[in-house]
Amino acid sequence: MLTYLIRRILYVIPICLGVTVLVFGLVHLAPGDPLSAVVPPDAPEEMVQELRVAYGFDKPLPIQYATWLGRVLTGDLGVSVARGREVTSELALAVPNTLILAVGGTLLGFTLGAFFGGVAGYFQGRWIDKLATGIAITGVSVPHYWLGLVLVIIFSVEMNVLPAIGMGPNGSSTWVWDTEHMKHLVLPIITLSVIPMGIITRTVRATVAEILNQEFVQALHAKGLLNHQVLMHVVTNAAPTTLAVMGIQLGYLLGGSILVETVFQWPGTGSLLNSAIFERDIPLLQGTILVLAMFFVFLNLLVDLVQSAIDPRMVR
Amino acid sequence: MSTSPLDPRQQATVDVVQVAVQSRGYWATVLGRILYDKVTMICGLILLLIILSTVFADWITFTDPYKANMLKRLKPIGTPGYPLGGDEMGRDMLTRLLYGGRLSLFMGIAPVVLALGIGGLLGLTAGFLGGRINMLIMRIMDVFYAFPSVLLAVAISGALGAGIFNAIVSLTLVFIPPITRVTESVTTQIRNLDYIEAARASGAGTFAIIRVHVLSNVLGPVFIYATSLISVCIILASGLSFLGLGTEPPEPEWGLMLNTLRQSIYVNPEVATLPGLMIFITSLTFNLLSDGLRSAMDIRYVRGTS
Repeated sequence: MLTYLIRRILYVIPICLGVTVLVFGLVHLAPGDPLSAVVPPDAPEEMVQELRVAYGFDKPLPIQYATWLGRVLTGDLGVSVARGREVTSELALAVPNTLILAVGGTLLGFTLGAFFGGVAGYFQGRWIDKLATGIAITGVSVPHYWLGLVLVIIFSVEMNVLPAIGMGPNGSSTWVWDTEHMKHLVLPIITLSVIPMGIITRTVRATVAEILNQEFVQALHAKGLLNHQVLMHVVTNAAPTTLAVMGIQLGYLLGGSILVETVFQWPGTGSLLNSAIFERDIPLLQGTILVLAMFFVFLNLLVDLVQSAIDPRMVR
Repeated sequence: MSTSPLDPRQQATVDVVQVAVQSRGYWATVLGRILYDKVTMICGLILLLIILSTVFADWITFTDPYKANMLKRLKPIGTPGYPLGGDEMGRDMLTRLLYGGRLSLFMGIAPVVLALGIGGLLGLTAGFLGGRINMLIMRIMDVFYAFPSVLLAVAISGALGAGIFNAIVSLTLVFIPPITRVTESVTTQIRNLDYIEAARASGAGTFAIIRVHVLSNVLGPVFIYATSLISVCIILASGLSFLGLGTEPPEPEWGLMLNTLRQSIYVNPEVATLPGLMIFITSLTFNLLSDGLRSAMDIRYVRGTS
């Protein structure tokens, strides 16, 4: 157990290094050096050269990577070219906003998915199973950015009961727990919840069906346990898998919220990415991608650790 | 059937019965099952209809998908001459939806096919050779796994810049790791089975073993997995265009059309939802088709005792 834990934790280190290489390499995927996008084409050659030296783009790539990594390790992600502010302080504003959306979407998706999946697995083959399975496959097939738009049309344009865009009144970009902000949260969270809902429904259905086919369930019935007592056993056995899937889904929503944030103009990491891409703001782009990927890596680690703690079969 | 081991004579009769049942062969059984599966058949037909009508859009539409007409801007559905209304530039929606399907479908299928080729090869190599090479390939894939798929697609296309080619490159890179992982795990499982050992003992060369014994068993599951990715890929590709990273205007493409019509939801909401509806229908049919294929090709049910 302990060796598994240590191995799993140590394995994060090469992954993180790989992630930094990839994030650093991304910038150099684009043709020309990173400056060519920022500097106007008619800029004098000496000035471009001067900037290149100032930013260190004249040095070989491995050295550039090493200096960049050194700064990243001390928590310095550079200064946003377009906004003129520290990337870390931009992220400090944006990450909590995305976190609210992602956590809300996951919780809603989990609640619905666990319910639908449980019912479907329990009543396998009946019409109610087919209904739940249908809802699940719709959830994973629907382009959620379009669903967001449809929700806006229904609830904002036609019925005019919920706000269409933004996080709060007057373009607020800091979260406050009041009714106005909560109203802005409703549509994005419903939109984000459909994919986890679909995936968790499928997982829970398969897991519950598998557990119900095992002999120990028959043994429990034979022992004289009541239906709801047997159900408790099924729930505890289905929990590890379901929680693991939920954790991964949270990571996906955190990293993939850019589409929904664009639809609802939510001031989170997705909007940050969006503007970084179109303003060719390299430090902001690198920093945001790096932080989101790191969140995902550590969430995966957490899921593995929690899962191995509650389900000893996982440790091999 | 009881779980107790049967005596040899009984075993023989059971074998005969099984041979009689299975004499149709595997692929015939799969086809027969698909033909009986109503949902899969309907999805297949819908998909065929979508693909044919987009491919032959030249013959079934009469208007130019690029020709703007300011007088017909955002006409509602059912306007004479504009059966599905007009878009924000007064172009016929029906025509543009049909033409748009070409790019959307292409960008949804091409990356998966490319990734199937590259990832399949990588996974096969890693799984069959094992050892250090397996370590190297799979650890590199683990790094790509550290990115949620949407983030990876957006990051790569964001770095490369907008354009159809760049979007396809980024989506291919997104789908290589999962396909590699699935191929690797299936290959590793098969490599350790006894019959591979037997084939080697009877003198089969490495390539013959891979071609005949490994590939024929790996291809099925990997292919099914890849078909399930197409639906994800369609949503992601249109999502990239929706963000302004895939196709560029005035090219008709469902994701981009959804993006440009987004400003018009207060004027003509029904028309604005049409491109997204097409993405939804296509991705849903691909998903259902892949599910149908999965259950039709699942060997466990072929020998079902029911």
